[in-house]
Amino acid sequence: MNCLLCHSPYNPITSWRQLILLEDPDVLCPRCRGAFVLIDGRLCEMCGRPLEEAAPSVCPDCLRWQDDEQWGRALVKNRSVYLYNDWMKDVVALWKFRGDYIVVEAFRRPFVHAFFRHFGRDWCIVPIPLSRERLDERGFNQAEALARLLPSPYFLWLARRHSEKQSKKSRRERLKTDNPFFLADHPPLDGKRIVLIDDIYTTGITIRHAARVLLEAGAAEVGALTLVRA
Amino acid sequence: MYIPPSTAASPLVVWLNGQRLPREQLPFPDGEVAAAIQTGSLCEQPGLIKTARGWRCGRCGNDDRHLFASFPCARCGSDCAYCRKCLVMGRISSCTRLVHVTMPLPSEPHEAPLSWDGELSAAQAEAAQAVRQAVLDRSELLVWAVCGAGKTEMLFPAIAAALEEGWRVGLATPRVDVVRELAPRFRQAFPRVPLAVWYGGSEERGRIAPLVLSTTHQLLRAYRAFDVMIIDEVDAFPYSVEPMLEYAVSQARKEQSSLIYLTATPSRAWQRDIARGKRNAAVIPARYHGHPLPVPVLEWCGNWRKRLERGRLPENVLAWVRHRLEQRKQAFLFVPHIDELEAVAGLLQRVDPRIVGVHAEAPDRADHVQAFRDGRVPLLVTTTILERGVTVPNIDVAVLGAEDRIFTESALVQIAGRVGRHAAFPDGDVRFFHHGKTNEMVRARRHILRMNEEARKRGLLRP
Repeated sequence: MNCLLCHSPYNPITSWRQLILLEDPDVLCPRCRGAFVLIDGRLCEMCGRPLEEAAPSVCPDCLRWQDDEQWGRALVKNRSVYLYNDWMKDVVALWKFRGDYIVVEAFRRPFVHAFFRHFGRDWCIVPIPLSRERLDERGFNQAEALARLLPSPYFLWLARRHSEKQSKKSRRERLKTDNPFFLADHPPLDGKRIVLIDDIYTTGITIRHAARVLLEAGAAEVGALTLVRA
Repeated sequence: MYIPPSTAASPLVVWLNGQRLPREQLPFPDGEVAAAIQTGSLCEQPGLIKTARGWRCGRCGNDDRHLFASFPCARCGSDCAYCRKCLVMGRISSCTRLVHVTMPLPSEPHEAPLSWDGELSAAQAEAAQAVRQAVLDRSELLVWAVCGAGKTEMLFPAIAAALEEGWRVGLATPRVDVVRELAPRFRQAFPRVPLAVWYGGSEERGRIAPLVLSTTHQLLRAYRAFDVMIIDEVDAFPYSVEPMLEYAVSQARKEQSSLIYLTATPSRAWQRDIARGKRNAAVIPARYHGHPLPVPVLEWCGNWRKRLERGRLPENVLAWVRHRLEQRKQAFLFVPHIDELEAVAGLLQRVDPRIVGVHAEAPDRADHVQAFRDGRVPLLVTTTILERGVTVPNIDVAVLGAEDRIFTESALVQIAGRVGRHAAFPDGDVRFFHHGKTNEMVRARRHILRMNEEARKRGLLRP
């Protein structure tokens, strides 16, 4: 078998467990797999970033969020699967910007695992949408690609207006901008628990904008599962 | 929308001519593109072509099933296959359309374009004449020139002849560094001729000029653009790129055009073809300075991998390194893989802390290579990737683990070719440390001996 990322041949059978349970073999060679860093250990209760042992249970960024009248209760929690190291930056660039859709397969197992660990089947899955323009440009929505990995159905209850690329703005600019999200076709959301899916959690503003739209429509609580914690 | 037909070419046609690009990459309103397709001045083709076994990419020619994937495409609303091989140039999927101009590029003759006044050696002059003839005859020629023969200069007369005819010349090479290094030399030799340099990220990529220097990947942009196509270091293309290069060349050159291959180490199949007279070739067996090529010495070094695991190096390898350090002669030490590179470099740093290890993916590669050039690093441990292009005047070279599969005849000849390139230091030591002689090693040595012998016979060596 050839590695999905580096294309070099490798032996995908690594354990007896895998052989006996007939698990799908890893699509990456051990070298490429090993270059990703999973988030583990002690986490910020809110945003899911790794914390030092001695640090308080909520990180300074999230304390700042909680102090805010407007934004304090928008999100119950975010959990991310991987750290944003250089390798991850390269892989995300290949996947999202070059448009190598199939790369998402490399994230399947850890992403599904994180979904069941931090959320579960009683949560409704809603991927963060792209604007029509961005979707045409890219050809696919990376958040939807991640949502597809999960074994439950996902719902396109949100839509998005076109605005400048998030990664080109500063935190302050991103906070000030109007909420780009609005509701699309949806059933009554009253009492629903919703988990938003996105590729990267950086400042948390995108996720919170989306969460507020859903909360205002009656959702009980909104969490987020993201691939990367930047 | 109706655009009246005009005699002058539209800006779209002028901009696109000589290139073939995905329709959405054109910086023109789609209505204008559609109208041009309607009137027949542009031709549209599918990006992927269905084959019996799967797909073939219309841009890069890839038809390896493993290098295709599919995705739920938002543009066409269905499951779209796409080519993973040429993704860096923008994704080609089954709903992509490739567009090119139907009429030929207009020609622009240049008068006396060459202002290079250097002199060619006897061997170079002979080959230069052969290349010029091949260009004028629009035929195919392989130039088999040893490392350090001075290949670039002997292209000049042929390129000048082509430019006088109003032809376009494209030179493709696998590596960006070579493109960047060649550009100023060509600008100097042809100061009045517009030159475009194509590599990933360069502003000029895709711009059609009388003279174009391009990397293999960027060559995929060109379509029926060149009357003269020159491929530098044909053998240097990694296995996976080779079929793509062949395809790129077939698309980039005009139907009536010449094709010149340059290489120091033709494949065995090509060598056979040359010997049987099936392939038109000009052989330059001597370096420009007229000294013979240093001949590699094969030396057994035992099970070096096992020793490495125990944190030791073979005694003779260590002695070789110590000797260079004592003599203050700079040296390259090649190892097969990155894993060994780190181990070997670590061990040698105990002997001399200035020694560094560099591999192709190292982010600080350029700095280390520069430090070596400046003489601040006495010995550079490296993988094969650095074997070409890096020229340092007075060095020795050794290979540790020359029996590894990665060291083919051509790789070993190239490695040996690093030594003695400068006229002031035409000699040096080339050592292949091995744990069991391979055919490739023997062939590499024989290859070099044969070249020296032929040079002697043809009187190309200094007495």
